[in-house]
Amino acid sequence: MSIPLRRIKIFYHFLVLVLLTSSHALATAKNPQTRQDYKAEIEAYIEHHILDNHDFNIFSYTNSQGEKVYVSIPLLVILWDRDVGLISFPSSKFKHGKAIVSVKGKHYKVYHSRIYQTDAEGQILYNQEGKVTNYRPIDFSITKSVVSIVLVSLLMFWFFYKHAKSYEKNDLMPTGLGRFLEPVILFVRDEIAIMSIGEKHHHRFMSYLLTLFFFIVILNLIGLSPFGINVTGNIAVTFCLAIITFIITNFKGNRNYWAHIFWMPGVPYYIRPVLMPIELLGVFIKPFTLMVRLYANMAAGHIVLMTLISLIFVFDGVFAKGMGFLLSFVIANLKILVAILQAYVFTVLSAVYFGFAVAEKH
Amino acid sequence: MEIPEIVGAGLIVIGVGIGVGSIGRGATEAIGRQPDAFGKINIAMLIAAALVEGIGFAALFLA
Repeated sequence: MSIPLRRIKIFYHFLVLVLLTSSHALATAKNPQTRQDYKAEIEAYIEHHILDNHDFNIFSYTNSQGEKVYVSIPLLVILWDRDVGLISFPSSKFKHGKAIVSVKGKHYKVYHSRIYQTDAEGQILYNQEGKVTNYRPIDFSITKSVVSIVLVSLLMFWFFYKHAKSYEKNDLMPTGLGRFLEPVILFVRDEIAIMSIGEKHHHRFMSYLLTLFFFIVILNLIGLSPFGINVTGNIAVTFCLAIITFIITNFKGNRNYWAHIFWMPGVPYYIRPVLMPIELLGVFIKPFTLMVRLYANMAAGHIVLMTLISLIFVFDGVFAKGMGFLLSFVIANLKILVAILQAYVFTVLSAVYFGFAVAEKH
Repeated sequence: MEIPEIVGAGLIVIGVGIGVGSIGRGATEAIGRQPDAFGKINIAMLIAAALVEGIGFAALFLA
């Protein structure tokens, strides 16, 4: 199939037009004052989407008085304060960060998605480096991330349990969405588990690998929805996932695995003590990179996408706005690919580490 | 004169970029020569890329 030359020419004319108008729009965009306002607003907007929140925000609008109204589902805030102990209250009391909550004579305020203890006026104090010096109670709150993790876990448990049961009834034939998911599960088994762990031991890790793959892929894709649930772009979540891989690797490790770390076979004796600390460091670097890779990819992707969407509002002119829309559309599509790819990479590398742990002597 | 940390981060990114890029090139060339071995090459490529990235991330956190 070939594209007619005329169509290519039209496309080029369109592209040149778009580039010209967008550069024009950049030059005449806004006067400096509103530009500063825009910058602050965009920064707040991106931060709002990247960080975890104490309430599940659905949408916001500006009412007739010119105030921003946030519509959100209130969640539970649970704090451990050194003075008064355990306290809890619904997050709607914060009024989206605008109000100060007083419980048992102490005052709390949300500042950049973190809860601080303040005085009655809600003053946030800074030290010379610009860090907040207010006391921060230990936060066990049911935040947006916690809610989404629990929801996804329940959804996965319900669906896969039902799906597994349906195999019994239907004579090993998948039904419904299972027809789409069966090849994915077979892919995880054949291309990931058997390829990197081996025929003999792969079944011991299949449940974990499948859970990991679907958990990350579902959370990554939900993260692209307008709710802005950024769970896998949160280093605490990826830390926990990496810790589980770390624990399984080291608990399932056989004697060959530990021999390769402490007394590497097949190299001269005087090199073995040198290799030992390097290999021992590698045991911790492996899960560390798993953690940082997923976190960095998802968080950076969100920031890029948010910035491009913000460009639509920064630019003037229909063509420049269209350009911003086109760019964010393309990047959003790329993000779908990255979401699946990162889940794949995390699963493959976990499988490879398990493969190292259970490798037979060769 | 003190060199800002961001310069170090930039150097790390250049190094890691070259490393991961050459791994990707090697893998794609190998797959081009032997399309049947895609699965094995893929796993080997990801392991090598993970090692390079690991060093990169470790350095980025120190920088």
